[in-house]
Amino acid sequence: MSFPNPAKAVKLVLLGEAAVGKSSLVLRFVSNDFQENKEPTIGAAFLTQKCTIGDKTIKYEIWDTAGQERFASLAPMYYRNAQAALVVYDITKPASFLKARHWVKELHEQASKDITIALVGNKYDLVEDENDGDTLRKVSVEEGQKLAEDEGLLFFETSAKTSYNVNEVFVGIGTKIPESSAPTGVQQAGNEAGRIDLTTGAASTTQQTSGCC
Amino acid sequence: MDEEFDVIVLGTGLTECILSGLLSVEGKKVLHIDKQDFYGGESASLNLSQVYSKFRPSGQKPELAGRDRDWCIDLIPKFLMSNGELTNILVHTDVTRYIEFKQIGGSYVYRNGRIAKVPANEMEAVRSSLMGIFEKRRMKGFLEFIAKYDEDDKSTHQGLDLDNNTMNEVYNYFRLENGTKDFIGHAMALWPNDDYLNEPAKPTYERIILYVQSVAKYGKSPYIYPLYGLGELPQGFARLSAIYGGTYMLGTPIDEILYDEKKNFAGVITKEGKAKAPIVIADPTYFPERVKKTGQKVIRAMCILDHPVANTSDLDSLQLIIPQNQVGRKHDIYVAVVSDVHCVVPKGYYLAIVSTIIETETPHVELEPAFKLLGSRVDTLMGIAELYEPQDDGTSSGIFISKSYDSTSHFESMTDDVKDLYFRVTGKPLVLKKRPSDQEEDDALNGL
Repeated sequence: MSFPNPAKAVKLVLLGEAAVGKSSLVLRFVSNDFQENKEPTIGAAFLTQKCTIGDKTIKYEIWDTAGQERFASLAPMYYRNAQAALVVYDITKPASFLKARHWVKELHEQASKDITIALVGNKYDLVEDENDGDTLRKVSVEEGQKLAEDEGLLFFETSAKTSYNVNEVFVGIGTKIPESSAPTGVQQAGNEAGRIDLTTGAASTTQQTSGCC
Repeated sequence: MDEEFDVIVLGTGLTECILSGLLSVEGKKVLHIDKQDFYGGESASLNLSQVYSKFRPSGQKPELAGRDRDWCIDLIPKFLMSNGELTNILVHTDVTRYIEFKQIGGSYVYRNGRIAKVPANEMEAVRSSLMGIFEKRRMKGFLEFIAKYDEDDKSTHQGLDLDNNTMNEVYNYFRLENGTKDFIGHAMALWPNDDYLNEPAKPTYERIILYVQSVAKYGKSPYIYPLYGLGELPQGFARLSAIYGGTYMLGTPIDEILYDEKKNFAGVITKEGKAKAPIVIADPTYFPERVKKTGQKVIRAMCILDHPVANTSDLDSLQLIIPQNQVGRKHDIYVAVVSDVHCVVPKGYYLAIVSTIIETETPHVELEPAFKLLGSRVDTLMGIAELYEPQDDGTSSGIFISKSYDSTSHFESMTDDVKDLYFRVTGKPLVLKKRPSDQEEDDALNGL
């Protein structure tokens, strides 16, 4: 008899122009019955969801921008110790793809080196019925793929509305995240002793709770 | 943008960010602007190049290890009391979710030319090297009195009246020596000068209780500190505000302040257009004509060290207080030491921030007693800050201005200002309560 591995916590941040469907993608992922061990929401713009891939379980801690991207006012705290990022654009809006390039650049500058980034072209539902006309589509699959290849990103086209490819994004990230990558900033800090949990008032040892970190 | 808001907040210092967060949670529509392109204002933590461009724009920068952002240097050196009001606010707003904290390793005081750990309870007092054997006994008696004192039970008062007796009278009742008074008043009650001696003892009693309870909470010292520096605090509260609908604009100078016909605040114009609101909360730099000098200036010296502070058992962090009397001054000198375990410097470095209220024409010389205790320094960056406070309470103009961050070593006076501003802005006292339920948070997310 074997026990399942403890879930590995992964901080995942969402980036992309307003209204490309960042929150919808997360809601689709979190509220879907993708895994039976689904965890409930613990707070707006800070959702958690477990995801089992083969023999490992990942617990995503998903940080929404909470609108702070609107006037380019995201805090360094947002990128801090993020191990994964979704850079989302709308395949019917070329400007949002330009913005996605900007966010990829920003991540390379601000985030940790081994961050796993997925480039996600959302709103596939708007073009899936168009056969060769593809009138609404303004960003081609090839353009997305090219950017992903140049920058070493995962690439998906999704629809939060129909759920097309949504779980695949999170499974893809979970598969690519380096095994050795630190679960949170704590290990990167190299020293866990003396950390405390203010909510319980307990002088800490090693246990991490989903709520406080 | 041409939008209407309930409140406009100018400056992303900690005071402003806490108020922004509290008001957003209550459902107010908040626009939060900073003229600078980083969070934190005067209470930010800056990376290496930001710090050097601020303090030594044209000068030399020493060879230092690590990437630029491995350095998070606080502009205002303070620690949180683990049982203090800021901790309370963090817990009640759940901002603890975004920030990790560590204990500060120890609390030290300078006496008779050397430094010693501050005893926080009777047990430590007995072992302390700060006192002789008879004085230890008297100190033990004093601490027992403090611990047992119950306002409603006269039998615990030993004939003293804390609302009427001065603190000096209380000390003298226990026949404490001047040096002991020094470390009780300055290293435990954390008074920055000796004015408290001739005032009623109650506030000092309350401060000692706060110190003792804060030590009791986690053990090593009464202080806690956020990983990546104090600049995480304003960011955390800004995030809280944003989650509850607050709009953030950094790097946005105010082009014009708008007033209505009664000369009350009406809004601001920025590069994004006009934003209207009946109320503004701002730090002193946004309304220079509406603030006055307190008369105090603080000197702060950021010292980069490549070794721990001597005689502290190589602690990774500590507070060191040099009481005024010990070095012939009127104001204490504070030293806050943090290191790589707090993710504010690369491994092998220590950051010691020395501060005091200026008393002479050569302020840097005033810090010498602290520099001597720190030993060799890789580099030292100094800045002097004038302290400001608002000229009026803002209720008639709708312009509510915060105070500058003072020279105290903790956040208790800052949270007093937050509560005071909250009362002036809303007309009701700040009551901390638990954040709304998960369901309400779901609704908030759906609204994004």
